[in-house]
Amino acid sequence: MTLLAVERIKLFTTRSPWWCMVLALGLSIGFTAIIAANSTEGAMPVVASAFTHQFGLMVIMVMAALAITTEYRFGTIKATFQAVPDRISPLVAKGVVVALLSAVVGLLVGFGSWGLSWLIVSDRSQLALESANDWRHVLGVSLVFAAGSLLALGVGTLVRQTAGAVSIILVFALLVENLVTLIPKIGDDIQKWLPFTVANKFVLGEADSSGLPEGAGPPVPGELSPWGSLAYFTAIALAFFVVSLVVAKRRDA
Amino acid sequence: MIEAIGLTKRYGNTVAVDNLSFTVAPGRVTGFLGPNGAGKSTTMRMILGLDRPTSGKVLIDGKPYTQLDRPLRTVGALLDAKWVHPNRSARAHLDWLAKSNGLPGKRVDEVLDLVGLTKVAKRRAGGFSLGMSQRLGIAGALLGDPKVLLFDEPVNGLDPEGILWIRQFMQGLAAEGRTVLVSSHLLSEMALTASDLVVIGRGKLISQSTTTEFVERSTENAVRVRSPHADKLGAMLVDKGFTVREGEDGALTVTGATSDQVGDIAASAGVVLHELSPQRGSLEEAFMQLTGDSVEYHAAETGK
Ligand SMILES: Nc1ncnc2c1ncn2[C@@H]1O[C@H](COP(=O)(O)OP(=O)(O)OP(=O)(O)O)[C@@H](O)[C@H]1O
Ligand SMILES: [Mg+2]
Repeated sequence: MTLLAVERIKLFTTRSPWWCMVLALGLSIGFTAIIAANSTEGAMPVVASAFTHQFGLMVIMVMAALAITTEYRFGTIKATFQAVPDRISPLVAKGVVVALLSAVVGLLVGFGSWGLSWLIVSDRSQLALESANDWRHVLGVSLVFAAGSLLALGVGTLVRQTAGAVSIILVFALLVENLVTLIPKIGDDIQKWLPFTVANKFVLGEADSSGLPEGAGPPVPGELSPWGSLAYFTAIALAFFVVSLVVAKRRDA
Repeated sequence: MIEAIGLTKRYGNTVAVDNLSFTVAPGRVTGFLGPNGAGKSTTMRMILGLDRPTSGKVLIDGKPYTQLDRPLRTVGALLDAKWVHPNRSARAHLDWLAKSNGLPGKRVDEVLDLVGLTKVAKRRAGGFSLGMSQRLGIAGALLGDPKVLLFDEPVNGLDPEGILWIRQFMQGLAAEGRTVLVSSHLLSEMALTASDLVVIGRGKLISQSTTTEFVERSTENAVRVRSPHADKLGAMLVDKGFTVREGEDGALTVTGATSDQVGDIAASAGVVLHELSPQRGSLEEAFMQLTGDSVEYHAAETGK
């Protein structure tokens, strides 16, 4: 418990987490507002209010990576390991704090985007939270943010440099996962199993509203069910996080 | 009490610390002396469990650092004053450190007061001067009221007032019965601060003794000699196996020889001497000679 408090103090006594949180909220909710304002053809479905969660996810992952890479950058990781030499417990505590914070931001993004859409659109007939799938589109953002933050924390711990960690995460999520479809024949099949594509399927997949014209909005590839997708993404995130713990324990601080 | 036993650290092909064994006793300031790159910082990181020894071990009161419960209460260290997030206030930095080892917030106020940073505690640490950063680092080291303290080059870059403050501070800590290990690459500084010395060069132990012993032993056989034919004389002395260094004023300092020997050699070659005096040599010269870091007077360079 004390270590959670320690990591909480560390996170909130620097500025970058605050900037990232504001940016994550602003980007996701702001772009949703634009979508809502432009949804004049037919009623806006719940799932459309979650399209932009990926902006927030990227920013939250940057925040999570920064939470550890700045410790390496400024040497506070050495002070941390000096104070708690088993290394695993402070890193796990950081994981818990960062994941919880990301979940809260995800909750705000999910509900904020949906709520703002509710205020903006004229036809709310498809925007009520009625089915389990509707709730998943809104609340799922929170779970994906939490898992994504652990993935980023793991990458940050492994790489130890802000620039390296952030570029790996963003280039992979934004470029590699999209460009992989350019590989002839197998590209599409590979993409279906890449982590951020799968995470997207969890939040946006199997929408049951009919408000959108066929094919509108981002495509949602994936083989797994939405909840299976979440399990898959979380497993990958946890795997990165656990490997990073083992590596941090073994190498010189 | 700190006890290093056969401590070795290799980074790839570099042997930073080589089979190093020494002990640091409580109640005195022990200087940890060596030229740049000798392995002082590496050794200190190993003492704190930050770097893993390639072989050997180092114990604090019989235990490896990583097995200490809430270690800040046993060992306080200042390895690098810059290990602080620049946007965090001094107070917040000490807060999280204290919390991690179950120390009360009251203790943070105490150490801030002790190092004289109470007034600036709310300011961001990134804006601190070097002296203030150093004080913040010392405050962090003192948080757990530890009985073992490590300082890595604490006076580097400080003004005379800051140096004096730190020197007296460390002596005060030792007088309270604590174990204090302070590294430096300046023997003159250590001679004023430390009563014991662990001297290393290129990762290896050169000597462990009291400061007085070290100074006496290492300055015994130095001879200062001035000659219009310094080049020729220097080359001859090197041939005889003595270590010769040329000072800025052109005088030679010969170590390992008596003034008689130097005089005889000069006479046998008909070299005129303007000065020949046995030295209680300077500390730095003795130190450089011992650590093998001196710029030796090579025969090949004398033919110019
Ligand atoms: N992390 C590292 N990776 C590779 N080499 C290292 C590392 N740390 C130290 N070294 C090497 O080990 C040797 C000892 O370095 P160390 O910093 O311990 O010396 P030092 O006595 O503290 O020197 P200084 O007086 O300059 O602080 C040096 O040759 C250095 O280049
Ligand atoms: Mg050093």
